[in-house]
Amino acid sequence: MDNPDELMEQPDLAGPILFYNEEVIEHFTNPRNVGELPEAETDGYGLVGDPSCGDQMKLWIQVREGRIEKIAFKSFGCPGAIATSSMLTELARGKSIEEARRITDDDVVEALGGIPERKKHCSLLGVMALQAAIQDWESRTSEDGGARP
Amino acid sequence: MYLDYNATTPLDRRVFEIMAPYMTERWGNSSSPYRFGNQARIALEKGRARVAECIGAETGEIVFCASGTEADNLAVRGVAAALRTRGNHIVTSSVEHHAVLYTCRALEAEGYRVTYLPVDDDGLVGLKELEKSLTPETILVTVMHANNETGVLQPVGEIARIARERGIVFHSDAVQTAGKLPGRLCGTGADLLSLSAHKFYGPKGVGALYVRKGTPISPRITGGPHEHGLRAGTENVPGIVGLAAALALAAESARAEAERLALLRDRFENRVLEAVPGTRVNGRGAPRVPNTSNLSFDAVDGESIVLGLDLGGICVSTGSACSTGDPEPSHVLLAMGLSPKEAQGSIRVSLGRHTEEKELDAAVDTLAQTVARLRAISSI
Repeated sequence: MDNPDELMEQPDLAGPILFYNEEVIEHFTNPRNVGELPEAETDGYGLVGDPSCGDQMKLWIQVREGRIEKIAFKSFGCPGAIATSSMLTELARGKSIEEARRITDDDVVEALGGIPERKKHCSLLGVMALQAAIQDWESRTSEDGGARP
Repeated sequence: MYLDYNATTPLDRRVFEIMAPYMTERWGNSSSPYRFGNQARIALEKGRARVAECIGAETGEIVFCASGTEADNLAVRGVAAALRTRGNHIVTSSVEHHAVLYTCRALEAEGYRVTYLPVDDDGLVGLKELEKSLTPETILVTVMHANNETGVLQPVGEIARIARERGIVFHSDAVQTAGKLPGRLCGTGADLLSLSAHKFYGPKGVGALYVRKGTPISPRITGGPHEHGLRAGTENVPGIVGLAAALALAAESARAEAERLALLRDRFENRVLEAVPGTRVNGRGAPRVPNTSNLSFDAVDGESIVLGLDLGGICVSTGSACSTGDPEPSHVLLAMGLSPKEAQGSIRVSLGRHTEEKELDAAVDTLAQTVARLRAISSI
């Protein structure tokens, strides 16, 4: 230690952020598809909570010709929950309902380039919300006798 | 901007310079029989005397060890073991640092009975509940001085009196008050008091336990005769020299610094309450150590706030530093009656020697923006 001044330096703010990679930080900072769909545009809605950490997510979809035309979410939770929710909506947007149904939490984590092990459960929340919204869409279409697109 | 002084503090440069020769030139073993060892021994004992003087103790009442956590372990386990034949009941609070809380839990597994005293909405232990909990089997009361998450100061003076009247040993974890609050034993009246150097601008890896003369205690680490037989292992002489110097320097300015920080902290809290609706200050109705502010924000997650502030160049934490990364909400805030959701939306801001008014004002702006952004995303 030639220079004791180094001891008094402010923390290194240029270094990597603990716990999360850049892609996760990017989705946390600029989450995609945030918001709510108005009732008139909503064909399916899902609300799920993770009792293990208190996180909560709401997700809306608009379905046109069997495809997810619009998707929006709101999320109460840690950075992992926000980033995985954001990435999930990106993966699901434009997909057919059948494709969207097959999206797993691993797909979300992989698309983000990984998240810390203890945060893996966060990625389930988005997937569960999407499944709930798809189920809601199914029940709405069957009630309508399949009249909705 | 560093606003997490309860996690750790930067080493005071003056302290570093006092320590350095004991790493480079006077590196002898303080137990060695020749003059070179004696140099280290003299420094060690001077450090001990200095610490004793700072807290109003006798030199023989100071035991050095490797951390605040170790001091807590030595106190709690050491007294429990020494008094095992007299009783098996320990009383503590539900808001202790994990160093005490988990040590008590471990002792439960060994057959001790532990009472975890509840706290009120401001985080204070009730003296009536304490009195009711004491039995002829009670051998130890351990209640912290300032809480590391909220800064709330327990009524340790009264607790000490109640314990002494009944001949029960009283330990207090003063890791967050040593060097911050003036007065003998930081005003606690405890039989055992834990300190940690890196919380008062000293080095990491060194702590101390004050042990009132005559207190029954047995060592947890056995070996050589170091530290009055209470803690074996070659002493960390540079660390101890650093702890002593840091404590003396902190004590010198403790009163003025406490006043300065209390003003800054109150201004900060008032500004946050003004700028961010749906905010509460936890423990505000209780006496608090003047540098600590624990804030809850409706409908947002504390870890997201911490990351948002980190991206804005500001270091704060959720709860205590050791449990960052732990998805469990703070046991301290839950004990104070916050719902898990409220506890989840909490951060700790702790000020220190290098904190200035202007940067705190900037922190309020960044905090307000971060919370507003997260609330726009929030489903609640």
